[in-house]
This record gives sequence, structure tokens and C-alpha cells, in this order.
Amino acid sequence: MTAETEAILGEIRAALPDAAVSMLKNPGPAAQHSLLVGNHDLLRVATFLRDQVAFDLLSNVTGVDWPDPKKANASAAPEGEGSPAEDGFLEAVYHLYSTSKRVGPLVLRARTADRDQQVQIPSLVSVFRSAEFQEREIFDLFGIQFAGHPDLRRILMWDEFVDHPMRKDYIAPDDYEYEPTPHDAVLEKAKRHYPAES
Amino acid sequence: MISDPSMFSSAPVLEGSDDDQLLRVSLGPQHPSTHGVFRMNVVLDGETVVSLKPVFGYLHRNHEKIAESVTYLSSMPYTDRLDYICPLSNNWAYANAVEKLAGIEVPERAEYMRVILAELTRLINHTAFMGFILGDMGAWGSALMYAFRERELILDLFEDLTGARMMANFMRFGGCRNDLPDGWAGKCSVLVDDYGPFLDEMEKFLVGNEILLVRCQDVGQLPAEKLINGGITGPMLRAAGVNYDIRKADPYGIYERFNFRIPLGEKGDVYDRIMIRFLEMRESLKILRQALDQLPEGDFVNPKAKIRGFKPPVGEAYARIEGPKGELGFHLISDGSVNPYRYRVRPPSFINLTLLEDMCLGLDLADVVIILGSIDIVLGEVDR
Repeated sequence: MTAETEAILGEIRAALPDAAVSMLKNPGPAAQHSLLVGNHDLLRVATFLRDQVAFDLLSNVTGVDWPDPKKANASAAPEGEGSPAEDGFLEAVYHLYSTSKRVGPLVLRARTADRDQQVQIPSLVSVFRSAEFQEREIFDLFGIQFAGHPDLRRILMWDEFVDHPMRKDYIAPDDYEYEPTPHDAVLEKAKRHYPAES
Repeated sequence: MISDPSMFSSAPVLEGSDDDQLLRVSLGPQHPSTHGVFRMNVVLDGETVVSLKPVFGYLHRNHEKIAESVTYLSSMPYTDRLDYICPLSNNWAYANAVEKLAGIEVPERAEYMRVILAELTRLINHTAFMGFILGDMGAWGSALMYAFRERELILDLFEDLTGARMMANFMRFGGCRNDLPDGWAGKCSVLVDDYGPFLDEMEKFLVGNEILLVRCQDVGQLPAEKLINGGITGPMLRAAGVNYDIRKADPYGIYERFNFRIPLGEKGDVYDRIMIRFLEMRESLKILRQALDQLPEGDFVNPKAKIRGFKPPVGEAYARIEGPKGELGFHLISDGSVNPYRYRVRPPSFINLTLLEDMCLGLDLADVVIILGSIDIVLGEVDR
């Protein structure tokens, strides 16, 4: 996989010399290395991969929450010119395949600047329609704002829901459902919602 | 039935052709033809669909979050509940991803067992599909009864092997949970021999059936490029003539050893999607016959694979299989601890719904029902 990913990186660099793309090494036995693409260049790189390198199937889009950048640098280690992440961030991971050449997966990654304020990543729906629902799901569960998405609404949670449940620091509310027989830990948690009896 | 009243109140007054007003219909979530708790906000001009927005999440339980808080093996029973028609394929897809993540070898016999179980699952899925799609077309009951009669025979085999008809929890990282019981392969062999005549009979009733032809032909087709771009996989994609089956295109397990063909459609309409599944079942029977004949003796699980305190090395892996409904993938990120840092299911039925609106626009409401039926969704997987 290393050589293939490097070859594709070379093709991207030859065609789009000013695009910010660097390689991240996967230390595990799967050795599926990934390409980290700068947010400004994501659409250009994706269009190039689709039209020129025949990666026509965007199979999987997923989000990852990295409050601790050390963990991110460990499982996707920067190589060459890439610099390690310093602050926590949210990440979108794309798995591309080619139906004609039958190769893949080519893993692309795009990262937000931080986890609270600058959580934008350009939407790939205009290039790959299959991103439509998956990006909505990531917006819903991780809170990444996909700029340019035609219909960015919550998809699995209901519209009035406020938080993003897949984030690592998400705290599940404990008063969701009526608990018929409160006990032990549940009882302790439930007490917090009611004023202390005097 | 209207859980979102704002969709009606805030909507502008819509005008259709002939100065008629448009009609908004909330189809589902408790409608029998939505195959579960799935809702579509449909806007109709007379009988013609002008807009269709799917609404998801009625069965959402955040499977991925739950999986990230437990050990790798603890998610295995939960994968049964994703696509509950095909638990064993889900088991395999997950085991496949973990094996890739940790670099675990699978013994020969286990690979054969997996292929046999996955192809039996494909038979179950496609047979049940025939019953459901005919129900969607108005043949309510009879077709489904005959389909479920055959399905039950396969479920009996699963019960003998795993102890459960549906919620198998059978695959383990590096193999399967237990070996085939005595005589199981023989019983399976009899079933494989008897399945062909059942398919002949079912096909005889269906292929030339005038109602089926009129309802299904030239309904819901889209160009192949658009389907690929929309991430559609599985029988849906192959019905449009795209030769892309992961068993051939990106082989996993031991599929390279078997001699089978990939059936392809021409038009990609609902009729092609039904017929593709018939042909796929015939190919599955071929694979089953070969696998049962070649089934070797040996370990059913890799004896070196760790069960307790299993910690894959730091890294990530994405692995996919050709599930009965399309590409079923798992993306796992390990931080070296006992539970996955990130666990993602790539659900084929969810992503195959991406182009539902495009397929339905300009058609009648009755066509929406059979187009949705032909996509073959299971809400346990769509909503996760």
C-alpha cells in the first residue's frame, strides 16, 4: 500500500503543485496510509482524483474526534513535509475506490482548525453525491460544518437536539427516560436533578 | 403520524400544474411498505412525485458510540442487530475488519465455514426480498409465505450451528465460535440441492407475470455513472450493468477459489433489480456446492487469536465485504487499548437511499413504494 499511496501523492503533486497534501503513515498491520489534504484544496484534489485517477466511488465518509492530538499523530503519523498536529481537532476521513481500475482504498483526511469555533470542512457533495447523507451524519454526531452542503441538517438525532453525541467529551444526559426502579448509580445521578430534600 | 408539524405550517403555498395545489404526504414511519420505521416527506402534484425527503433516526441508538465504550468482542453480538435479516454477514464484515486491524490469520476451515454461512445469508436475504417486494406490489401474503417457508429451513441450519435462528453472534476474530456439528454439512448439502427447484418454481410464477412486468419495467432507473457517484453498491448497482462485486473486485476470504459469475442487468429498473437477485441466488448455490465439496478438516478458529485482553496495535483499518444489500464496511481506529477509539459501520442500506429522491421524481406515488422496496433496506442498519 505504501508505494501505491506514494504514487498517487506524486500524481496529485504533479498536477496540482500548490495543493497542500501530505502523507500520513498508518503503523498498524493494515498499512492503509492516508493523505492529509488542506481544506482549501480538498475540492480540487477530490475532483482531480475522480476525473483523472479514476477514483469514482467515494465509499465511506466518517468523522473522528481527536481531543488529544498525540493520539492522532500516533495512529496516523505525519511523514516527510507533514507536521504533527498540536491542538485537538475534528477530522473527516474519506475512503475512495475505483470501480474501473478496482483499486483502493485511498484514504483522504481533512481536519478542522479546532474543536469549537473553526469546525468547517468543505463539502464534497458537489463531487461525490454519496457524501450527502454521510456528511449530514457527521455534522449531526460530531459537529463538523460542511461548507457548501446543500441540505446540512441533523439526520439521526432530532432537530432540537443540541450536542454532538459522538464527541469524546460528550456527557450523556441521565434524565432521558423514566426509570421505574431507580437504584444505585442511577439513583445517585437522578438526585442531581432535584433539589435536596430538607 | 406527523411528528414535525413545522414542515406543514412554515411551508410556502405550493402550486402545481393546472392551478391545483400540491399535496404533502408524510409516508411512514409506521407504514407497512416502508420496511420499518422510515418516513418520507413526499410532495405530490396529483399523483406525481415532485419532491421526496427521507426522514431517518427512529431506530437510532448510536451503535458506534456504544461500540467505542466496550471491548472489540463485545460489539460482535451487536452487529447481529444492524441488518437483522443477515446477521452472519455482519459478523463476518466486523471480524474481517478486526483481523485486518490486528493482522490475525484465519484457518482454512473457518474461511470455508464463513463463505458457506455468508452465502446462505445471501439466499435468506434475497428470498425474503422476493416476498417483500411482491407484498409492496399488492401480492400481500402468499409470496412472503413461500419465501419465509424456505428461509425457515436455512434458519433451522443456523439454529443447529449457532443456537439462534437470527442473532447468531457466531464469528470470532480469527475464525468462528464453534465447529460444525455432526451431520450439519450433509443437511446443508440437501438444502442446497433442494433450493434450485424452489427458485425454479418461484421464478416461473414471477418472470412472466404481467402485473410484475407492468409495475416494474422502466421504473426507477438512473444512469450508471450517477449510481456510482451516489455510492450505490450491491445488486442495485449491478442491475444497472456495472460489473462491481467486491467478491471479485477486491476479494476477501477465499472467494478467489470459487467459480461463479456476476450477473449484470441492462436497464437498472426495478425489474432488473428483482431478476439480478434471482440470478445471484443461483450463483450463491454454485458457491455453496463448491464450498461444501471442498470443506477441509482443521481448526475452526485460530488457536493463537486472543480473546481476553485483546488489544490490537495502534493504527486503523477499513475492510468491506459484499453484503447481500451492498458494500458493508467497518472502519476501526485503535489507540492500543481494549476498546476501539473509533468504530464506524458503512451501512449499505443507508447509503443506497442517497438517490431515492432522484429515482422517484416524476413517477407516481405507487412507484415510490416499489422503488423503496427494490433498494432493500433494513432500518436496523439505516439508523444504527
